[in-house]
Amino acid sequence: MSEDAVDQDKRRFLIALTAGTGAVGAAAMVVPFVKAMSPSARAKAAGAPVEVDFSKLQTGELLVVEWRKKPVWILKRTDKNLSDLASLEDKLTDVNSEVSIQPDYTKNKPRSREDHKNIAVMVGICTHLGCSPKHFPDLAPAGFEDGWVGGFYCACHGSTFDLAGRVYRGVPAPTNLVIPKYKYLNDTTVLIGEDEGTA
Amino acid sequence: MNMMIAFLGWVDDRFPLTKMWKEHLSEYYAPKNFNFWYYFGSLALVVLVLQIASGIFLTIHYIPDATLNENGIPVAFASVEYIMRGVEWGWFLRYMHSTGASAFFIVVYLHMFRGLMYGSYKKPRELIWLFGMFIYLALMAEAFMGYLLPWGQMSYWGAQVIVNLFASVPFGIGEPLSVWIRGDFVISDATLNRFFAFHVIAVPLVLIMLVAAHIIALHEVGSGNPDGIEIKKNKGADGIPLDGIPFHPYYTVKDIMGVVVFLMGFFAVVFFAPTMFGYFIEVPNFEPANPLKTPDHIAPVWYYTPFYAMLRAVPPMFASQFPGVIVMGAAIVVLFFLPWMDKSPVKSIRYKDLRTKLAMTGFVISFVLLGYFGVVQASPVKTLIAQCGTLVYFGYFLYMPFYSRTEITATRFRTPLVALYTLITFVIIAWWWQDVRVSDVIRSALTIFTLAYTVYFLILPAYSKPAVVKAVPERVTK
Repeated sequence: MSEDAVDQDKRRFLIALTAGTGAVGAAAMVVPFVKAMSPSARAKAAGAPVEVDFSKLQTGELLVVEWRKKPVWILKRTDKNLSDLASLEDKLTDVNSEVSIQPDYTKNKPRSREDHKNIAVMVGICTHLGCSPKHFPDLAPAGFEDGWVGGFYCACHGSTFDLAGRVYRGVPAPTNLVIPKYKYLNDTTVLIGEDEGTA
Repeated sequence: MNMMIAFLGWVDDRFPLTKMWKEHLSEYYAPKNFNFWYYFGSLALVVLVLQIASGIFLTIHYIPDATLNENGIPVAFASVEYIMRGVEWGWFLRYMHSTGASAFFIVVYLHMFRGLMYGSYKKPRELIWLFGMFIYLALMAEAFMGYLLPWGQMSYWGAQVIVNLFASVPFGIGEPLSVWIRGDFVISDATLNRFFAFHVIAVPLVLIMLVAAHIIALHEVGSGNPDGIEIKKNKGADGIPLDGIPFHPYYTVKDIMGVVVFLMGFFAVVFFAPTMFGYFIEVPNFEPANPLKTPDHIAPVWYYTPFYAMLRAVPPMFASQFPGVIVMGAAIVVLFFLPWMDKSPVKSIRYKDLRTKLAMTGFVISFVLLGYFGVVQASPVKTLIAQCGTLVYFGYFLYMPFYSRTEITATRFRTPLVALYTLITFVIIAWWWQDVRVSDVIRSALTIFTLAYTVYFLILPAYSKPAVVKAVPERVTK
């Protein structure tokens, strides 16, 4: 083939083919970089259940423990606390925890296991943007109207929750506080993060 | 001397040193009428150098490690304390770096405001503006990730809130996205390590390249000036703009003067008020991060607060914070489109009409006001005012195609856009009248103001009164 008889179509085809193959290879290179930013095997494995002895917890008190680097609350509610819950129902967003996250056995009014109704176990992280709300057992948080019967207030963006972790209406948080899997090992010990076997 | 010249010649044969010196300094002709507002570009460059220098020396001693040491203190937090107390002049480097972060934003905000006033973003300088906006974005990312490194309470909870903003993206994208950003299910050691990597190498590299692109683009088209006149249109017989003076020595000397004054203020803060009363370094950040307890009041550092106030001003919709995140993001994205929103035939505010000047004043007031609301605790009244402020902020940009043009004809999508903006305004006002927690006086005042704002800056200019601009002189004034 002489020099002036260059097959332009063939040349364009080969250039496109080479460039296309190169682009596919370069795009494939993205995968390891993106994947490397995902949680590592170690981060995924972390999350062993935590055993908590709450025998010293007084009625009305809150115990904060760390599970998967998050605060988990163990709250011992008074009988009045439990009976007050019913009076709040028209002020809440998700009364029956329909759109909230919790194990099935806590999808009830007090959001607790049947055998220890007065104990609430919750992840103490606001479902809005992840601050940890503060326990206001008696005094109402600033700006709250009458009828405060105890609950939680998130200072970051003003969300309020009742003592069952149910979110009030008209606050930024969309859903009730998350409840982790848990089971009682005996009357004063709870295992957080695990609910297999008999409770 | 001859040896020096010979050496320079040797270099010039191999690298365009003299050529670059001439192009960018000794024969770069800048308008002779630069005023006070033109200090901030070179000051931003000075702060960038300060940050890189102090940052490199901080990395020598800093350890990005969230695990607890033998005293139960996170290693990262302890290493910052060590820099403060154990490293010779460590306190100086660290306070220079933390003050530098705030100084960077002060200087950049003033630099951007200069651009708004004198139309520095307008044709042919659109790309300079876009590069600048990317610099601003990179700077926000850089500062955010840097703030996590001391691993104090504000570091931790600030990062927690901001990363959770990504989790609010709907359609099942948000949660995996936030996990991917953190590299864990919570803010943890993995997050600290990657933020360190991004803060010290990835983002600074991007930043430096963007700054280079910003300056190259500027020197290609030439600097603007307070009159908004293209000096290249009036050249002398020698081809040099009649209103131009060489950047070096004229503006190098002027800028050095600005740098001296700036550094006096800068080091006054470093030496006498390094935390700037909790605004440059927030008080809870002197406590190590505690994942179990949120500080009573958390707010971002001041330079983010206008956007944070907008985030908070938007109520959750469909059980999601995402609309607020969208508004916050849009507040920054809208700036990118500025060059195409300004339909005025003149660049400088000096020759624009009263309406444009008022719109800009409203924008500045709303920005400062929102900044204030982002710092303080939210309340129903403040939320309503912040919503009004958000409207004014966006009004400055979105209504600009209407109030800046000099004739009312040929406005594409005029009626649909005006209808849409008016509808949104009415929805916001209706929302205010739902909120019984706020007194009628405040709600009425806000309603009247908002209606007046909409009529004056949107409806009137769109249909009846286009902008009247003053004649721009042929040559720069003063």
